[in-house]
Amino acid sequence: MSADTETEAPEAADGEAEEAEPRDEAREELRDRFAAELGDAVVDSHIAVGHTLWVRVTAEAWATAALVARDHLNCRWFDFLSAIDWLPSPYGRYEDDGLTPPEPIDQTIVTGYAGGDTRFQVFGHLVDVVDHHDIVLKADVPDDTLTVPTWTGAFDGANWHEREAREMFGINFEGHPGLRNIYLPTGFEGHPLRKDFPLISRIVKPWPGIVDVEPMPAVEEPEDDGDAGSTEDAS
Amino acid sequence: MTAALDREQARYIAAQAADARINFEIETEGMTLNMGPQHPATHGTLRIVAKLDAEQVVSAEPIAGYMHRGYEKLSEVRTYPQVTTLINRIDWLGSFANEVPFILAAERLMEIEAPPRAQWIRTALFEMSRIANLVLFAGDTGLQLGGQTAAFYGFRDREHVLNQIEAVTGGRFHPNFDRIGGLKDDLPKGWIAETKTAMAKVRDFCDEIDDLVTGNEIFQARNRGIGVIPADVALSYGLSGANLRGSGVDWDLRRDAPCGLVHPELDWKVYTHPDGDCFSRWWIRIQEIREATRMVDQCLDGLPSGPIMAKVPRIIKVPAGEAYVETENPLGAMGYYVVSKGDLGPFRVKIRSASFNNVSVLSWVLRGVYVPDIVAILSSLYFILGDIDR
Repeated sequence: MSADTETEAPEAADGEAEEAEPRDEAREELRDRFAAELGDAVVDSHIAVGHTLWVRVTAEAWATAALVARDHLNCRWFDFLSAIDWLPSPYGRYEDDGLTPPEPIDQTIVTGYAGGDTRFQVFGHLVDVVDHHDIVLKADVPDDTLTVPTWTGAFDGANWHEREAREMFGINFEGHPGLRNIYLPTGFEGHPLRKDFPLISRIVKPWPGIVDVEPMPAVEEPEDDGDAGSTEDAS
Repeated sequence: MTAALDREQARYIAAQAADARINFEIETEGMTLNMGPQHPATHGTLRIVAKLDAEQVVSAEPIAGYMHRGYEKLSEVRTYPQVTTLINRIDWLGSFANEVPFILAAERLMEIEAPPRAQWIRTALFEMSRIANLVLFAGDTGLQLGGQTAAFYGFRDREHVLNQIEAVTGGRFHPNFDRIGGLKDDLPKGWIAETKTAMAKVRDFCDEIDDLVTGNEIFQARNRGIGVIPADVALSYGLSGANLRGSGVDWDLRRDAPCGLVHPELDWKVYTHPDGDCFSRWWIRIQEIREATRMVDQCLDGLPSGPIMAKVPRIIKVPAGEAYVETENPLGAMGYYVVSKGDLGPFRVKIRSASFNNVSVLSWVLRGVYVPDIVAILSSLYFILGDIDR
């Protein structure tokens, strides 16, 4: 934790010194309160000023983090829990027309706000409905076990969300009362929202909209004018 | 038809059921009641498997997934403007409201803002889709509790709103009208006056439905004290919308976490009800229709002039980042967690739909109720199948 605080603190200082970035004191205070309760388990955080606070915790502390947010930050409204697969899709955007050879796809994993070291992350959103603040919690899912503790001890609503995350991403939630499929038929093989799970309909038949994603012709001005004219007429 | 349960008694039964101590002394053989996937009370294809002990439900398990369309996966292979076509079909009764949070999330990532006129029209259409949605709820609940008339009134008066939505967007059910940076078109001529007439008709509908249903003795007997959800359970399950406010939690995203819509500038009221039963959820929705008509009127009065589209590049590339935007949709809180990698399309879209959370409480709330109450509770929780299965 000490190392992390050290790396975080200079960043904040840099931001102030360079261009006096807008600060979100309410969310900073919230983050500090959360970090004070959870201690070393807080790995990283990110604030979108005026909008959202992200806090990344360790996988072991995932369930504790929910309890801390609920009991100490008073975030008692469970919004959602889900997961994300940061691996870039090996299939691209399924826009190959079959004529030109596909461009090689960079398979390096780049994670989002508050960082990350693993391919999968779980994230959840909790809201305080009295003081109107909220927090997005994130945790890395260990690559070898793909297991994180369950949130069902803290929020009953996490039950269905974890079932969905399990079938869609193959992440296990330790301590969950019954991780049955919710959408997929029993015995379905694979985890559809993983990036390496192909979207079979696009492979069987190329996307007919391929023509639409070709670069637009450069002459745009006349059409723009036409649009503007019609709106003026209408109003 | 049993006599009206008094509220204390209903609470007692719910507490008993929660402890699973029903008929502990007399062992009776249980029975499994299967409702759905095709059942009029399930608005589509939700299936409920209830284990019964005589007339009481011992345990109930809602089973979803008969209509899963995989929008989260499909969004990953579409461009941002194309995604709105998909998400229109999540809550198909209030389609325009589905588009708004996604568009707002994309706008937040691109750091652009729609011009004021677009925001005001958006808010008006947003509230009109709420009316279109909830008017049908009013009719449908009446129908499910045995009163056909209410359903006809609901379908009749929903037309007023749908016609107005159609006049602007060209679509009755799937407008696909919201664009990143503004709206597709401006309002047509004469629309404002017609809409005000329509709003007056909707207010008449509310009065009518109050006379016809709300005050009805049978309706009250079947709803008061039935399906009680205490506030802490509602919070823990993440209920939203009228289901949460019906449990006495004063939380409305339009007022408490506004983003991009002009609700803070309007004069309106958030209704809550302390009872947490089916009747309170019904009552709140009827009040919300009334408030929505007032909001639409105010939007039309205060409509600023100006452009309806911000300066947006022709080919929309959204900068890398993450954004979560949630709005108070007709069914409850609906949010989109959009992860972008600076591409033409989103990297991941998590769709937080209201009905998914609202329905997950069913196995808790159905324990210990009687069989006819299942229908009352289902219709009062009010879900749309597309909103559960996405």
